[in-house]
Order: sequence, then C-alpha cells, then structure tokens
Amino acid sequence: MNTFLAFVIKEFRHVLRDRRSLIVVIGMPIIMLLLYGFALSNEVKNSRIAILDTSRDDVTRTLTERLDASRYFTVVQHIDRPEEADALFRQGKVRAVVVFQPMFQQTLLHTNAASVQILADASDTNTGNTVAFYISNVLRAYQNELLDQQKLPYHINVETQMAYNPQLKSAFNFVPGVMVLILILLCSMLTAVAIVKEKEMGTMELILVSPVRPWMMIVAKALPFLVVGLLNVAVILIMAYTILGLPLRGSLLLLIAECGLFVLLALSLGLFISTRTNSQQVALFISLVGLMLPSLVFSGFMFPLENMPKPLQVVSNIVPTKYFFSILKSVMIKGLGFSYVWKETLIMATMTLVLMLLAIRSFKIRLQ
Amino acid sequence: MKKIIETQGLTRTFGAFTAVDAISFDVYEGEIFGFLGANGAGKTTAMKMLSGLLAPSGGSATVVGFDVKTQSEDIKKQIGYMSQRFSLYEDLTVLENIHLFGSIYGLKKAELAQKAEVLLEQLEFTDQRNTLVGDLPLGWKQKLSFSVAMLHEPRLVFLDEPTGGVDPITRRQFWEMIYAAAHKGATVFVTTHYMDEAEYCDRVSIMVDGKIAALDTPHNLKRQFNAPDMNDVFLQLAATSVARAGF
Repeated sequence: MNTFLAFVIKEFRHVLRDRRSLIVVIGMPIIMLLLYGFALSNEVKNSRIAILDTSRDDVTRTLTERLDASRYFTVVQHIDRPEEADALFRQGKVRAVVVFQPMFQQTLLHTNAASVQILADASDTNTGNTVAFYISNVLRAYQNELLDQQKLPYHINVETQMAYNPQLKSAFNFVPGVMVLILILLCSMLTAVAIVKEKEMGTMELILVSPVRPWMMIVAKALPFLVVGLLNVAVILIMAYTILGLPLRGSLLLLIAECGLFVLLALSLGLFISTRTNSQQVALFISLVGLMLPSLVFSGFMFPLENMPKPLQVVSNIVPTKYFFSILKSVMIKGLGFSYVWKETLIMATMTLVLMLLAIRSFKIRLQ
Repeated sequence: MKKIIETQGLTRTFGAFTAVDAISFDVYEGEIFGFLGANGAGKTTAMKMLSGLLAPSGGSATVVGFDVKTQSEDIKKQIGYMSQRFSLYEDLTVLENIHLFGSIYGLKKAELAQKAEVLLEQLEFTDQRNTLVGDLPLGWKQKLSFSVAMLHEPRLVFLDEPTGGVDPITRRQFWEMIYAAAHKGATVFVTTHYMDEAEYCDRVSIMVDGKIAALDTPHNLKRQFNAPDMNDVFLQLAATSVARAGF
C-alpha cells in the first residue's frame, strides 16, 4: 500500500510540474467548445432570399414583409423573370427564391386557392431543406390566420411540435457531440503518452527491475488524469449551461457520474495504447488519428446511425462514444433518469473494465 | 566461497543474431566482479538477463538463489540496479526520488526518512535535497543513482557502465562508494569501458562476440597474456574478434 501511495504521489507531481501541458489540457476544451459551439451550426439565420412577384398586391406584399421580418430571412432582391433565379443561385447571392403566381390575391379570393413556388438552392442539401421548411412555415402561419377569419366547415390543421428542443437549436446536438469528442480525444491522449514516455526516458528500466506490480503503475498513472478529466467535465458543463444555453434537465449527480465513467473509459483506452507502443509519437498518433474518425462517425452526432448500412451499424456497437452521446442527450436534454440509461452505462462500465485489464495484462514486466 | 550468481550456457538471441552465446560463469558473494567487453559484445544483454529484465533464450542461471527464467520477481526484490542511461526521475527532486524508490522496495517511513538523511549527508547533498534531479550535473546524478540503488541494502548490485562520461575525480569518488558497499558485504557486478577501473575489481571477465574469452583476477590475466596492464589484455582479446570479423 505504501508503494502504491508513493506511486500515486509521483504521478501527481509529474502532472502538476508540467505546467505548460497542464495549461494546454485545461485550456484546449474551452477553446474547442467555444469554437464548435458557436461555429458549428446547421441553423439558418438571415438567409438571403429573392422574391418573384408579378401581381404585387396586398397579400403578396404582406407575405414578403413577413418573410423579411422573420429572423431567418432577409429579402435582398425582387426579380421579374424566372430565368433570373438561375443566375442568382449560380452567383450564390440567394439561398431561395419565392415565386408568387400571377394575380395572386385575385386567384385566392375567387378560387380559395393560390400557389406559391419555393425554389431552394439544394447544392447544400441540409440548408436547402431547412430554408424551404422555414419559408413554408411562414406562409402557413399566414394561411391559418386567413382560415380563422373565414370559418370553413372542414379544415385539417397539421401541427408539428419539436419535443425537447422547440426552437431546433443546433447547440442541443453539437454541444453534447463536442463534449464527447473532446473528452475521448483528450483523456486517451493524456494516458497514451504516460507510460510510453517512461519507456523513452529510460526510467521504465528502473521500474521494471524493481518489484513493482503492473496494476500499481497503471492505476497510479490513471488517477491524476481522472482528476484532470473531471475538471474538464466541470468546465465544459458550466460553459454549456451558461454560455451556450444548454439545459440541464436531468439529475446533475447522474450526469457527473456518467461523465466520470466515460473519462475513466477514455483513460483506460489510452493506457492500453500506451502499453502497446514504444514511442510517444506513435501513441499520440493512434490516440488522435485512430480515435478521431470512428468517434466522430459512429457517435451518431453528425450522421444518424439508423441510416447507415447494417455492417457499419454493427461496427458502431464497439465505439464507446455512441453510448456516451446517447446518455448525454438523454440526461441533459430529455431529463431522463438512470432507469433509461442503465444499459448504456453497463456497456461503458464493461468496456472500461476490459480495457483496464487488457492494459495491465499487456504491461510487459520484462524487456523485449 | 558462496556463489551468488551461477550461469550455465546462458544464451540470448534476437532473431538470427546471437547476442549472448552460451556463457557459463560464477560470481561469489562479496566480490567486485568486473564485466568487460567492447561495445556490442553482449555485456548489457547478459546483465539484463541476470537482473530479470530480459528472458533468456537458452541455458540457465540462478541469481541470489532464484531461477532467472521462472523467479525473476523474487530476484528483483533482492538486487539493486543502476542503468547505463541515467534513469532517476528528472522532474522530481533529490529527496522525492529517494522516497519513491525507497517505497518501491518496501522501506518503512521512519526507516526511509533516517536513511535519506544519512545518504544526503554522505553525498554532501544536504543543500540539494529539494533540487530537481534534472538540474544536477551528470557526476552528481550518477552518485545519487548508485546510492538510490543501494538504498534497500541489496545483496547484489548490477552497475551498467556507471561512470560513463564522468570526470576522473567523480570516478574516483564513485569507486570509493563501490568499495564501501563491498566492504559492507554487497556483491558488485559492474561493466565498464575504463581499463584502470578493471584493475580495481577482484575478478574480471572479458566478453568477445557474445562469449566469455577470459575470466580471472587482473593479476593473473596480465600474467597469462604477458601484458603490462589490463588495457593491453583487452586489446589482445579484442583484436582476435576484429580479425575474425574480417577487418
């Protein structure tokens, strides 16, 4: 026990004395979160649109004003011919063109129906979709107002409610996603270099020739970084709540416990990498490049997992970020309790245990 | 005399290359045993096998009564080891390194504190106790490294080129420390490149191409090879290796 304690103290000293690395490790998540939290967004704000309106009557004018007044759109141009729309799209001047049919108001009054065409630039599919969706929402709102005044006998009103995130804020998706990425990359990197560093410095020889047990070395290496990881979790959560406006609907204690488990999982992964490699560069490369892509692709944060081909869905089951991302969303945004996330938690706990045991097993007590 | 190291046909290969080729020798309790050889002759490999760091490919060896193949963990508790590369923790202070390695070898707190004081006193390091080891001059580091290896009073200590790159005065002091340890009953197994240091050893073995080419007291070796000093003995043996390699 004495030996183990001495090892833990040693590891804390290593971490605390390397001031520069410590600043990077604490500072990096803050910068990444700010960068991604604000820059990464699939919301549509102030999209430029053009209007093709040959009738220029009361109704079309009202609709144009409504579109312009909404915070999603700015009407930048009025055009007279449909061909001009093409040119605008090609020059990238507008995201969409709203085309009112000729004699709009008259047609509407006489036939009780009039058409609006929405031309959207779908070269960027997501934005195109969103813009078209928002425009039709503005138009539908106006239509409902008309209906209320007229009292028609039958009318089917479709009302869509976006549960948990009524304003469709992209931060609700991106912030948990970025949290997952930051924690797995940072924490696995921290421990990935920890053991291999001693191999490079030559201090490992002295440890190997002593009667130290592998588990002591491994567990002692993980402890200071667990503290660092939890510190990062605290900073990220506070920033997400205060600056990025994310809700904390579920139990804070549960959230912190799940974050702690995920940090431990990432640290174990790093330790496993560290026992298997012989240079810091290789360890760093594996933990950064090797983890970045699968973590991003298979977490479900950028690309919906349900849409992936079956084999890839199977692969996603071994990617730990998938489970943590789902837990984060459930607890933070939906406010669900432990009974809804126990399965994911159990999987993560098992992964941690297996990786830890693998790390201890592959810790060579002899040189090669 | 009691044997502390016994080897029989000890061999280590790395792929097709045989680094240590069936060496057999004994080391007796309490002696200073010099382990000489040119670079690449297999000294460090042999030493690593004896200290339990490296598994042998063939042959057998017992160290402090334990088999190096199956009982390396028992050996580790009984020996001290100082590596060719300086390997205390550079970002820990002198005292912190002493405490860490003392704890690794299971010294109790009070015992460790008292030993640390004695050690600092002897090395005249009392003022440097809180200096980071990375800031010490090389010679000081080596002396500290040796003292740390002796902290748990091992019966046998392996020193791998302990005085490499160190000035003559510090080398002299270093050998005084080795004598002091031997005087207290420790067996010292030391590799070196300095032939004057070979003269300080009780017995000397010279390795050439993975084999032991000669093993005796410095006095007998000089007589056997009709050489004025150990340097000449070494050159005569090394020359046979160079001739065989076809240079």
